[in-house]
Amino acid sequence: MNFPILSSLILLPTVGALFLFFTKDKEGNNLTAKYVALFTTVVNFLISIYLWISFDQSISSFQFVEDRTWIVGFINYKVGVDGISILFIILTTFITPLCIISVNNSVKNRLRDFLIAILIMESFMIGVFCALDLVVFYLFFEAGLIPMFLIIGIWGGARRVYSAFKFFLYTLLGSVLMLVAIISIYWITGTTDVVQLYEIGIDVKYQNLLWLAFFSSFAVKTPMWPVHTWLPDAHVEAPTAGSVLLAAILLKMAGYGFIRFSLGLFPVASEVFTPLIYTLSVIAIIFTSLIALMQEDMKKLIAYSSVAHMGFVTLGIFTLQQQGIEGSIIQMISHGLVSAALFLTVGVVYDRMHSRLISTYGGLVSVIPKYSILFMLFALASLGLPGTSGFIGEFLILMGAFKDNFLVAVLASIGVILGAAYMLWLYKRVIFGKLINKDLKTILDLNRSEYFILSCLAAPILFFGFYPDPLINTIEVSVTDLINMHNTNIASK
Amino acid sequence: MENLNLVFPEIFISLSIMSLLILGVFKKNSSKITFNLSLFTILITAIITINETFSVSRQTLFNESVVIDSMSSLMKIITLIGGFLVLVISSSYLKTFKIYNIEYPVLILSSILGMMVMISSNDLIVFYMGLELQSLALYVLATYNRDQLKSSEAGLKYFVLSALSSGLLLYGCSLVYGFSGSTNFDIISNELNSKEYVLTFGIVFILVGLAFKISAVPFHMWAPDVYEGSPTTVTLFFTILPKIAALTVFIRFLYVPFLNLIDQWQMIIIFLSIASMVFGAVAAIGQTNIKRLIAYSSIGHIGYTLAGLATASNEGIQSSITYISIYLVMNLALFSCLLMLRRKDQYYENIEDLSGLSKNHPILSLCLLVILFSLAGIPPLAGFFAKFYVFKAVLEQSMFFLAIVGLLSTVIAAFYYLRIIKIIYFDKEKDKYDTDHSLWLKFSLTVSTILILLYFIFPSQLIEVVSRINII
Repeated sequence: MNFPILSSLILLPTVGALFLFFTKDKEGNNLTAKYVALFTTVVNFLISIYLWISFDQSISSFQFVEDRTWIVGFINYKVGVDGISILFIILTTFITPLCIISVNNSVKNRLRDFLIAILIMESFMIGVFCALDLVVFYLFFEAGLIPMFLIIGIWGGARRVYSAFKFFLYTLLGSVLMLVAIISIYWITGTTDVVQLYEIGIDVKYQNLLWLAFFSSFAVKTPMWPVHTWLPDAHVEAPTAGSVLLAAILLKMAGYGFIRFSLGLFPVASEVFTPLIYTLSVIAIIFTSLIALMQEDMKKLIAYSSVAHMGFVTLGIFTLQQQGIEGSIIQMISHGLVSAALFLTVGVVYDRMHSRLISTYGGLVSVIPKYSILFMLFALASLGLPGTSGFIGEFLILMGAFKDNFLVAVLASIGVILGAAYMLWLYKRVIFGKLINKDLKTILDLNRSEYFILSCLAAPILFFGFYPDPLINTIEVSVTDLINMHNTNIASK
Repeated sequence: MENLNLVFPEIFISLSIMSLLILGVFKKNSSKITFNLSLFTILITAIITINETFSVSRQTLFNESVVIDSMSSLMKIITLIGGFLVLVISSSYLKTFKIYNIEYPVLILSSILGMMVMISSNDLIVFYMGLELQSLALYVLATYNRDQLKSSEAGLKYFVLSALSSGLLLYGCSLVYGFSGSTNFDIISNELNSKEYVLTFGIVFILVGLAFKISAVPFHMWAPDVYEGSPTTVTLFFTILPKIAALTVFIRFLYVPFLNLIDQWQMIIIFLSIASMVFGAVAAIGQTNIKRLIAYSSIGHIGYTLAGLATASNEGIQSSITYISIYLVMNLALFSCLLMLRRKDQYYENIEDLSGLSKNHPILSLCLLVILFSLAGIPPLAGFFAKFYVFKAVLEQSMFFLAIVGLLSTVIAAFYYLRIIKIIYFDKEKDKYDTDHSLWLKFSLTVSTILILLYFIFPSQLIEVVSRINII
C-alpha cells in the first residue's frame, strides 16, 4: 500500500487549520469554525482507527513507513509506526475531538484562533509519535511549544503570562541539549535515522553523555522531580482544553521518547542510569503525592497527581522488564484518558462556578448526581481500582519493579496508597459532605455535550480495565523485540 | 587584456550613480524618477551579476587584486536583493518625514558599490577602498533625517567610532604588509608564518576593525545608539547589508591570508562569538525601544554567524552564509512590520506600542508571531534551520562548549522575543494603526513571512547554492 497514511494524519489537521484561517472570525459561539474543526479531527480519528485495524500486530518492525529525501544528503523525512507508537497516535486523535467539543463554555473569545491552535497542535503531536528520524522528531517536539504557549497565554487564567513563559522556557531549556546530542549522533554515526541507528548502535563511550542530554529534555517534559514545577502552573492556568491536551498527550511525548530513544539508542547508558531514574521516580511518586494531598486547588491537585503517575511510568520503563514497559505504555494511555477526564470534570464545575478551589464545593452529590457518578469513576480509575485501565498499568509496572528491585517496588506501592488517599479525599470534599455554599443549589447537571464527552472517556477506561488484550496485543511484539535488542546489546558490550 | 565582463556589475553601478547625480542636479523634482531608476539599476546589476559571474570558477583580475568566485557572486547577489528591497520599502517612510530626496537612493547605491568592491577584494588596498566608500555613504545615511537631533547624533557617533576602527584596521593592514611584503591576500598567505609575534598584533587589529563593522561584542557599543537614532529604513539597511559585506571580508581574511595562523585567531573568534551571543541575549531583555532591541538581537545573531566561522571548515563558512541569508529575510520582515506601525504620519517604535495588536491587526500580528518565533529559533521556522546548520558545523569540529553556550543563549534570547509576543497577544489593545500601506511594503512582508514559514518544505535549495562555496 503506497498511500501515505501517516503523512495524511499529520497534515490533515493543519489543512483544517488553514481552512479555518480563511473563514471569517465571528464573535461569540462560532459554530461553523467548531464544526470544521470537529469534522477534521473526527476524520483524523477514523483514519487512525483504520490504521490500527490494518496494522499487523505480529511483526515488530516499523509499518507504513514513508521515507523521503528532505535535506539532501543529511536528513530524510521518515515516519512509521510500530506497536508502541500507534497507541499514542490513536490517543491523540481520540482526545483532540473531545477537546474541541468541550470548548463550548471555557473559551469565550477568539474561538476560531483557539481551534486553529488546537488543530496545529494535533499535527505536531502526531508527528512526534510517528517520526523515525531524530531531527524530524526534534522538529515536531519543539514546534509544539508554539501553539501551547499561545493556548496558555491567550486563553488562560489570571497568571497565564507567568505560566506560559515558564512552560516555554523550561521546555526549551531542556530541549536544546537534546539538539546538541542529536547533531553529535549524526557526526558519530553518520545518520539520524532511528531504524539505522538501532542496527548500527552507538559507541559505548559516547552513550552516557548522549543519554544525559536526551534525559534533560525528557525529564522536563515528563515531568520528573525536581523539574516538574512548570506543570502545576501550566495546568492551572491553561483553559480546560489546553490542560487536557497537556496532560493527556504532551506529557506522553517524553515517556514515548524514553522508550523509543533512551532505551533503544543507548542501552548501556540506560543500565547505568537506572538507579538515577529509580530514585527520581520514587521521589516523584511519594513526594508529589504528599504535595497533592495538601492542595486546595482541584486542577493543581490533578496536576501533581499527573507528576506522580508519570513517576510510575518512568519507573516502569527502566525496569527493563516486559511487564514494566508494557505497564508503562498502558499507564500512559490510561493516564491520558483519566487525566483528560478529570480535567474535563473540573472544567465542568469551573464553568458554572468559576472557582477551582476545593473549599467552594461540597455536597454536590445531592444536586448533580450524574456528574458525581462519572467523577467517581474517574477518581477511582486514577487511583488504580481493579476494573479500570489505571489498575492494569500500575499493576504491571509494580510487577516489573518487583522483578527488578524489591525496595523500589515497595516504595512505589506506598505511592499507590497515597494516590488513593488524595483522590478519595478530593472526592469526599467536593462531592459529599454538607451543601454549605448557597450558590451550589442552582448548579446544573451535565448538559448533553459534557455528558457525551465524559461517557466517551469512561467507556475505554472501563473497557480496557476489564479487557486490556487489544492494548497488550498491539504492543507485545514491539516491546519483546525492544527488550531482546536491549539484552543483545548489553551482552555484546 | 583583462576580462572586464567580470567586473561589469561594479562598472555599471558606478556609471549609474554618476548619471543619476547629474540627472538629480539638472532636473527639478526628480526624486521619484531617481528612486525608480535606482531600483532599475540594482535590478540590472543583479541580473548582470547572475549572468556574468555566477557560474564562473575562481578568477582574479587587475594583478590579482580582485577575485571573482562563487562566494563573491553569491554575496553580491544577496547584497543587491537586500538593497533593492530596502530601497523599495523606504519611500513612504521618507515621504512622511519629507526627506524623499535624490541623495537617498544615490547614497544607497554608492554604499552597495562599496560593499561589492569589499566582497570581491583580494588585496588590502582594494578592500580598504571598498570599506571606506561603503562607510562614508553610511555616515551620511545615518544622519539623513537631519532635522532630528537623534539622527544627527547617531551619524556623528557612527562616524567617530567607525573612523577609529578604520584606523585600527589600517594599522593592522600595515603590520601585515610589513611582515609579508605584499598587499595581496594570496601572497600574504604564502609568506606568513606564525613565528612572528608582532604579526599577531596585525591580525588582532584587523579582526578588531572588522568586529567593529559587524558590531560583535565587545565592539558593539555604537550599534544600539546608531540603530535607534537613524531613520528606520536606514536602520534596516544597517542591520543587514554592511554585515553581509563585512562577513564576506571576515571569511576572506581568515581563510585566505590567515589560514595558516588558525591557532592565533580561532580563540579570538570563539570569544567574539560567545560574548556576542550571550551579551546580545542578556542586554536585549531590558529594552523598551524596538530598534534598540533589534540592535541587541542583531548582535546576538552575529554571534551565531561567527560561531560558524570559528570552525575553520567549509561547512562552517557555508552555515554562516546560510545564517546571514536567512537572517536577512527575517530582519526584512521584522522591519516591514515596524514600518507598518504608523498612525497619522507618526511612526511608533516602542515595544509598548505593540500592545494588544492582535485584536485590531490579526494578520500583522500573525506575521510578527512567525517572525519572532523564527528569530528565537523555534522549529519548524527558518530561523531554526539557520541555527541548526551553524551548530551542525560547530559540532562537527567537536566544539561542544561553543555549541552549548550558543544554544543556552538561544533560551535566554527566547525570553525577550516571547515578551514581545506576550505584549502583542496577551495585553490590552490600543488604538488602531493606519492600514493604507504601500503595495511594496505589504509585498515584502508577505513574501518574507511566507519564506520563513515554509522554508522547511524546501530546505535543500538554499543549501545547494551555498554549498558551492569552497574557500579552503
